[in-house]
Amino acid sequence: MIALLDRLGVWALNYLSRLGRATSMWFTSVAHIPHGQDMHLVLNQLHHVGVRSVLIIVLSAFSIGAVIALQFHTQLSRFGAEDAVGLGLTLTLLRELGPVVTGLLFAGRAGSAITAEIGLMKTTEQLSSMEMMGVDPLYRIVAPRLWAGIISMPLLTIIFNVVGIFGGFIVAVQWLGSDPGGFWSGMQAGVELWNDIGKGLLKSLLFALVITWIAVFQGYDTEPTAEGVGLATTRTVVLSSVVVLAMDFFLTLIMYGDF
Amino acid sequence: MGTRAIEISVGAFVLSAILALAFLVIKVSGISLDTSSQVHTVIARFDDVSGLRERSKVTMAGVTIGRVADLEIDLEYGQAIVYMEIDGPPGSLTIDTGAQILTEGVLGARYISLLPGADIDFLQDGDFLMEGNTQGAFVLENLIGDLVTRLGGE
Repeated sequence: MIALLDRLGVWALNYLSRLGRATSMWFTSVAHIPHGQDMHLVLNQLHHVGVRSVLIIVLSAFSIGAVIALQFHTQLSRFGAEDAVGLGLTLTLLRELGPVVTGLLFAGRAGSAITAEIGLMKTTEQLSSMEMMGVDPLYRIVAPRLWAGIISMPLLTIIFNVVGIFGGFIVAVQWLGSDPGGFWSGMQAGVELWNDIGKGLLKSLLFALVITWIAVFQGYDTEPTAEGVGLATTRTVVLSSVVVLAMDFFLTLIMYGDF
Repeated sequence: MGTRAIEISVGAFVLSAILALAFLVIKVSGISLDTSSQVHTVIARFDDVSGLRERSKVTMAGVTIGRVADLEIDLEYGQAIVYMEIDGPPGSLTIDTGAQILTEGVLGARYISLLPGADIDFLQDGDFLMEGNTQGAFVLENLIGDLVTRLGGE
């Protein structure tokens, strides 16, 4: 019994110390805003984290937009309300699916890559050699990845939303023959700039902060073995997916809940 | 990849996101950047504006000629005051113009339909439509309630 409590205590203290290290790492590296010569580090990471995620974002967004439009159309056409397809699709994408699915894909595509890369650097002692040379790995390695992730996520979400709406348009209007006027005007009458577009982007920015934080820290704090890197990568994807979904619920509650 | 190629790809990425945002703002939320076009405001009182909201359409003969700019409540008379932005300079609507709130389809969005009048004077910027010329939203639930009482009474 005592031994069990003992283990529980050790486990809890370990977790607390991880959280503490993660927090201090985040603040130290975010405070290192890259400037001057080091902007190319961020640019490189924007390429790896942002540009290379565009393809998966576009493909997923198109399918998701198409399938939502299909579902809305089948149900709404029973009431003769096909004109509401555009609005329903857009609100779903802007408010929920855009930020959330982009977050999940971003965690899987970019988050895992960041963790694996930093983890491997740690395992092969590149990070400690940097420290020996007097180069701060938090500034050189971690900060550019954090910033690139924080910048790319909202941009990817915007692209996701537009491609999703386009996919829905193709299905509802081109294929199922809804009226394009109704599709767009229903959308324009119902979508508000801040309430729908703005808050959706705010969500994606908050997701970006959390996902990049998790990804970078898991890599930085990995156990320096091959197994440890694998474990850390898995943990990044699982943890960020769960956190994004849970955060989304509470953000929606705060942003749109009527209470 | 060379530095230049990376710069170009990141530039293209950012540019496409900005274009996409512009598309969202203009095409999806329907905000018009064209501020040069003149609008004027006319105001109407309604008994009931349920379902009407800011940026709902204002039409005449089915053609959109403006949008709802603001909704207020007059607590003294229990009436809703609707500010409508009408495209074009003042002088297009006569002072006996009527207004009614209609629905697109059965479940569609509410909009205001203006009915042309025959007076020789025109509404100026900020004028009220005449009392009695406005007809509020008909609420489907009330109508069904009426029908049920009437059928039940016979």
